[in-house]
This record gives sequence, C-alpha cells and structure tokens, in this order.
Amino acid sequence: MIRVLAVVLLALAGAVPAGALEPGERLADPALEARAREIGKTLRCLVCQNQSIDDSDADLARDLRAVVRERLSAGETDRQVVAYVRDRYGDFVLLKPPFQPSTYALWAAPVVLFGLAALTVVVVLRRRRGAADVARLSAEEEARLARLLDDGRR
Amino acid sequence: MRLRYVVPALVFAVLAAVFALYLHQVGSGGKNIAEVPSVFIERAAPPLALPPIEGMTGGLASADLGGRAVLVNVFASWCPPCRAEHPLLMRLAREGVLVYGINVKDKPADAKAFLAELGNPFARIGADRQGRAAIDWGVYGYPETFVVDRDSRIRYRHVGAITERDLETVIRPLLARLAR
Repeated sequence: MIRVLAVVLLALAGAVPAGALEPGERLADPALEARAREIGKTLRCLVCQNQSIDDSDADLARDLRAVVRERLSAGETDRQVVAYVRDRYGDFVLLKPPFQPSTYALWAAPVVLFGLAALTVVVVLRRRRGAADVARLSAEEEARLARLLDDGRR
Repeated sequence: MRLRYVVPALVFAVLAAVFALYLHQVGSGGKNIAEVPSVFIERAAPPLALPPIEGMTGGLASADLGGRAVLVNVFASWCPPCRAEHPLLMRLAREGVLVYGINVKDKPADAKAFLAELGNPFARIGADRQGRAAIDWGVYGYPETFVVDRDSRIRYRHVGAITERDLETVIRPLLARLAR
C-alpha cells in the first residue's frame, strides 16, 4: 500500500503542467525550452484574451509559441523575443502591464486606494473617540442617575 | 458632519457616471472592448514579400503598396466570416477600389476553389502559407481588413467581417479622404 502511494506521489511530483503545448513543439534543448515556457506564460493569446499563449489551444497561440522557439533557437535574448511580439501586437499582448506613463494610474491605484482607506479608518476612529468624550455624563447628571437608581432599588 | 453624507454620495455619483458612460459606449453599434487596437495605425505597413497562390499570378510585396490607397484583406477559405464579407469586397472592387489579399494558411486548391465560387475581388494576392506575414501585421482574428494609404502607412484596421455599416460609416469615408 505504502509502496503504491509512493509511486503515485512520485509520479505526481514529476508531472509538470504542460499547458496547451504539444510534444512536437518542444525544443530539444531543455534550457531553451524552459526559457520558451517562461516567455509563453507572459504573453497573452489575443484570441482568448485571458489565457497565455502557453495555455491556449488557439491557432494563433500555437504559431506564437513556434515564433518564440524559433527566435530563441536563433540566439535572441528573452527580451528581444518579447519585444518582437510586442512590436506587432502592442502592450495588450503582455499579461503583466509595463510600468510606463500610460499605466502610472493603473499601478498607483491600489496604493492610493489603500492609502485612502487607511486614512478613512484613522479619521473615523479619531472622531469616534472624540464623540465618546462628549457623551460622558457631567457630575450633576451622575448624581441624578444615582438618585434614580436608588429610587428604583427601594 | 455633513461630509459623512456628501462623500459617499459623491463617490456613488462619480462611479455611476463612469459606468453609464461606459455602457453607453459599448452599446449596440458602439465600440467593441474586446477589440485590440493595431499598433501599426499611422505607421508604415510591415514588410511583405509573399508569393502568389500556387498556380496563380501576382503575389504581394511591399513595393505593391503605396502610390494609391488600397484595402488589404487578410482572408482564408477556412474562415466562415470571410465568406460572409466577400460580397462587400466584390462590390468595392467593382466600384474601382484597389483590393489586395493576403491568403493565410490555405491549401492552394482550397483558396482557388473559394475564389472560383465567390469571385475574385483581389488585384493581387499573396499566399502566406505559414501565417508569419499575418503575425508581422499583428493579425489575430480572421478576416482582418487594413486601409493602407498612398505613403504605405496603415490608417485603419478592422477585425472580423466587415459589414455594410462599417463600409458606409468608416471605410468608404476614409478611402474618399485618402483619395483626395
């Protein structure tokens, strides 16, 4: 039983998610293939739009995977390969938006929103503490309250 | 203290306005948010050096562009929307618009049968057997139609079949402007 379990676990450990990649597409050189996989994960398939070319079965994704591999095999750097695709399909082909003037708002938004939320919390808490001070009873009121409670107890 | 009511109301109003504007824009006949703008708009058309479809003459190269505004249609016999828009291309060609074709990943026999059945509106056709010219042009959906001006610059790209409406509201006015 334990032996079976061990075999199953080992098999699972060796199973790398293969995406939509077909065996024939793979490069013989494992280092180059690994780079191609990393690049493929960062490029959007424009046909399905929320899948990377590594995940997509679309024709265009397969063609782009082939282009990536050809260019890597020709000795290009990862950056050059991505630039080649980006020059043709634009920034939208990058799954991670680049940091540039047109995306400053996009990148800054989470920080700004979090800052605003934190500020709101601080202001509200401060105010609430202030409100509690105001609500405290005066000495006169305390005395009256004590009298009322006493009356009730009798 | 009034701030407590004013701020959320203001936030709500701004969001409502943004959503309303957006819904208005994507409404019927509005913009298609799934459409990716071409990076080549107002830029030189990417280089082309395509042979003709086997058994035909022509082919399509960069030198064929320029001198006069032209429609470049990326098509294939395996693409149903290409079939749908074909009559519009035929009509444009009859009216004297110069239409070039890039035939992508097609078997020569299939491409020729497609043109024999529906007519051939193309003054020149380049055969892109591997689909690499299509990638160079940033093509991601079929068909796609480009308007290239007399200086070989891409002025407009349409993804998907062109409709009568696209023709009348965008393509014809643009061609008329470029012909001036």
